[in-house]
Amino acid sequence: MSERSIDVDLTRTSSGQVVKERIYKWLLFGCAALTVFVTASIIVTLAADALTFFSMVSPVEFFTGTEWFVRGDGGTYGVWPLVTATLIITVVSAIVSVPTGVAAAVYLSEYASDRMRSVLKPALEVLAGIPTVVYGYLALVYLTPALQWVGIPVSTFNLLSASIMVGIMIIPMVSSLSEDAMSSVPDSLRQAGYGMGATKYEVSTGIVIPAAVSGIFSSFILALSRAIGETMIVVMAAGLRPRMFNFANPLDNLLSSGQPMTAGMVNAVTSDATGGSATYLSMFALGLTLFTITFAMNLASDYVAARYQEEYQ
Amino acid sequence: MTHDSMTDSDSGTDTQATDGGRESLASNDLEGSDPTTEPLVDSSIDVDGRSDAPASADRTVIESNDLDVYYDDVQALQSIDIEIPAEKVTAIIGPSGCGKSTFLRCINRMNDLVDAARIDGELLFEGKNVYDDDVDPVVLRRKIGMVFQAPNPFPKSIYDNVAYGLEVQGIEGDYDEIVEEALRRAALWDEVKDQLDSSGLDLSGGQQQRLCIARAIAPDPDVILMDEPASALDPVATSKIEDLIEDLAEEYTVIIVTHNMQQAARISDKTAVFLTGGELVEFDDTNKIFENPEHDRVEDYITGKFG
Repeated sequence: MSERSIDVDLTRTSSGQVVKERIYKWLLFGCAALTVFVTASIIVTLAADALTFFSMVSPVEFFTGTEWFVRGDGGTYGVWPLVTATLIITVVSAIVSVPTGVAAAVYLSEYASDRMRSVLKPALEVLAGIPTVVYGYLALVYLTPALQWVGIPVSTFNLLSASIMVGIMIIPMVSSLSEDAMSSVPDSLRQAGYGMGATKYEVSTGIVIPAAVSGIFSSFILALSRAIGETMIVVMAAGLRPRMFNFANPLDNLLSSGQPMTAGMVNAVTSDATGGSATYLSMFALGLTLFTITFAMNLASDYVAARYQEEYQ
Repeated sequence: MTHDSMTDSDSGTDTQATDGGRESLASNDLEGSDPTTEPLVDSSIDVDGRSDAPASADRTVIESNDLDVYYDDVQALQSIDIEIPAEKVTAIIGPSGCGKSTFLRCINRMNDLVDAARIDGELLFEGKNVYDDDVDPVVLRRKIGMVFQAPNPFPKSIYDNVAYGLEVQGIEGDYDEIVEEALRRAALWDEVKDQLDSSGLDLSGGQQQRLCIARAIAPDPDVILMDEPASALDPVATSKIEDLIEDLAEEYTVIIVTHNMQQAARISDKTAVFLTGGELVEFDDTNKIFENPEHDRVEDYITGKFG
């Protein structure tokens, strides 16, 4: 069409650009791959040491035994007393954190004014930022005496106090993740609810929570994974004496001391046991069991989130 | 019901009429022909002749006196005076930002949800000022249903969507029957009767909007507010919604905000024209507004010279 030709130079100005781009790409890939590599190494190390342990103690004894008794390098390694203590802590901390966390999330997402939210959210984040050793100290020094003062006959080291404190620790996690889920519910749904003559409470409980249920549920699972893996609070406040679950008197399990899996691992590593002994290696078997449980819970969380996720326009 | 209404309304023709109307409006504008000598809107658009009835015979259900609305310091509505008749379709048209949705949301106090909104003046529903201190907006909204711009069904089953209003309002009765009746009136029953338990979100956009209409009419309100209910829908779905609105006006007072003038001309009995600045410029029978408006500004807006 036009005879005018402009001198257009479309060639690359400097060949170094391509090399730089390539370096950036591999650098970024390296960082991403590092996390995968570390995770994989942890699993391999855990599994290898756990296998050594299982060559000394039969897996049947480990996974079915109801007595955990460690003295020096030897002992009886039945995992159930530790697993039941972990379960107690998980259940009680869920009873503490789930209703409180969800209620706090509903308040923050639906009821709170912007000013109130700007005060409360940072406060909750501070709660999440407190080192767990401080929680452990609070449980041992204040919560346990307080429980005794109100007439609950807990011993100095007890699972109840530790579980309540773990529950308090994970409230911010439940509330913050649940609030994110509730805030992402489209406002048009709330408007529809109000337009139908629903009250704020009816909109919150009947529309927002069901619409956010997948996010709320995965917040539970993530928070409880955290509770299962929590170490410092339980080491400090629950005691280090492994006790098998007392079926005859279930309440007694709460009131007296116990040793969950994480505390068992701490005990193994801080004891006099020599490296390579069964006691020392039991740490890895416990770690692998714990890892399997939390990993399964995270998978469950992903599944639940995907299963109940609502697609909005 | 649905299939019949589809053929009756010959939605294809409606759509063409809309396009034709737009073209003629545009050409009027270009040629500068005197709009007063000919109908502003293509006469193929059916105004339904419903507004032939004398307006004075109508009972007023909603009335505003000197209603001002502010969002912070910005005035969104300026002393609106309007009397909306019962059991008619009243359309509110106007350019973007003219306050037409604001006015609609004043009627059922949805503006309460906006912190910045402040309202002066009176808005009477059946003679009672809805902004009186003793009025509970929750109770008010039970008498005034609302359908929104984009379909917003709850993430619940179709059945539960329709039954929601009945539950929160504590209405007694045979829910199965009420749900079926509401879905029939919303011209959706035949399409969903075998999947009442499936999610409302699985329906198409047009079906979702009809579900929202069914949800709004199930508790049997007195007035139905519609905020551009068809703007997110395709022409076929729009035509179904329009048919439905005309049917609803037999029993309900319908107030519909629309930016589509042809839609207002097709379905409404009365039309209110809001113009920029939040001013109600003219409110009259739809025929009058579209054929011979009193105000030049309204004429300019309707002929497309402005807005």
